[in-house]
Amino acid sequence: MTKQLRNIPKPKGSKVSGIGVYRPTRIVRNDEIAPLIDSSDQWIRERSGIIERRYANSDETVAVMAINACAEAIKDSGINPLEIDLVILATATNPAQLPNLAMEVASKIGASNAGAYDIGAACSGFSYGLAIASESVLAGDCRNAIIVGSERMTDFVSNKDRGTAFLFADGAGAFVVSASDEIGISSPTWGADGSLNDWICMTKDWPTYMNEKDGDFPALKMEGQKVFRWAISEMVGIAHKTLEKAGVGVEDLSAFVPHQANQRITDHIAKSLKLPSHVAVARDGINMGNTTAATIPLALDTLRRNGEVKSGDLALLMGFGAGLAYSGQVIVVP
Amino acid sequence: MTDEQIVSDLAVILNEVAGVDQSKVSADKSFLDDLEVDSLSMVEVVMAAEDKFGVKIPDEEVKNLRTVGDAVAFIKKAS
Repeated sequence: MTKQLRNIPKPKGSKVSGIGVYRPTRIVRNDEIAPLIDSSDQWIRERSGIIERRYANSDETVAVMAINACAEAIKDSGINPLEIDLVILATATNPAQLPNLAMEVASKIGASNAGAYDIGAACSGFSYGLAIASESVLAGDCRNAIIVGSERMTDFVSNKDRGTAFLFADGAGAFVVSASDEIGISSPTWGADGSLNDWICMTKDWPTYMNEKDGDFPALKMEGQKVFRWAISEMVGIAHKTLEKAGVGVEDLSAFVPHQANQRITDHIAKSLKLPSHVAVARDGINMGNTTAATIPLALDTLRRNGEVKSGDLALLMGFGAGLAYSGQVIVVP
Repeated sequence: MTDEQIVSDLAVILNEVAGVDQSKVSADKSFLDDLEVDSLSMVEVVMAAEDKFGVKIPDEEVKNLRTVGDAVAFIKKAS
């Protein structure tokens, strides 16, 4: 008779136990960008709400920023890095096809017992990765997992493109996800519509670029108005679905932390959700721009530092963007 | 629906979405130049107008809606 296999016992729940971020040192204000795109500080503010953002220097690589964010999250969590069993890096801006960067991150943070891999879902990447980290803990596979979003968008955005140059920026943010006796991370609501994948994409792929004699570097391009319309029309319903799945209502929330694509999108979704006045709306993008997979932890970190949320509060997180893809969940703030 | 009713309903939408003074809204006004409705606000106006008037305004049509009168004509034709 075949011997029965066994699994490790499953915990009752999972929770976010620590948050860490890395904000690149160089602050870039609108005045520095505006002349390159024939624009102005006022136009950028009105269009996006963004006042300034951070640009990474050559030493602040995707891996270095991720390592710093993870180290801060581990410290915040209070766990031993040897108790981390999984490291997930969400990024769209690893400059090399191989190796993936999560392995280096795991080594440098002392998580020598951890498996490690990268995922890509662009602006939804952090929320997707948080769901995977949570499920990995809930399955009993991990005592603790780390999800980190780290991006150097400035490597892949043309500083002369009027549609994207003022929006995108660099940074990293991480959550430690731990086993828990209570449910601290709700099931995700996620989805994708690949028929709209050319609304946010690259100007060309690498083979095309290499076969050209004097072509421009592949850069991100975006159908801004179409994406804006998609985000404000679709994400409200997704938010309601996410809350319903979690068994809570808008009145139970203390914070709404959407991907920081553009403050105009945040404004519209927040208004449409009819959030009560006690719900803090994350607006970290005003000072950080759009850092793709890093916006959600960066934005929650700012709310926490400003005392706008406290431990035990409920926060609705929502990622959305290239793919097109989206993902959301409700978490208990650590 | 009369032109005046459509203009009046559009004025309410423009006020709610973009803070435009309703009394300034008339058929001859340009969304961008006179009412200062930028392209992102225009997306919101179009979405609200679609709900209000039960019409579909395709993306490629939006760029042709320069004035409030253009929008009125399109809504009348489409509804």
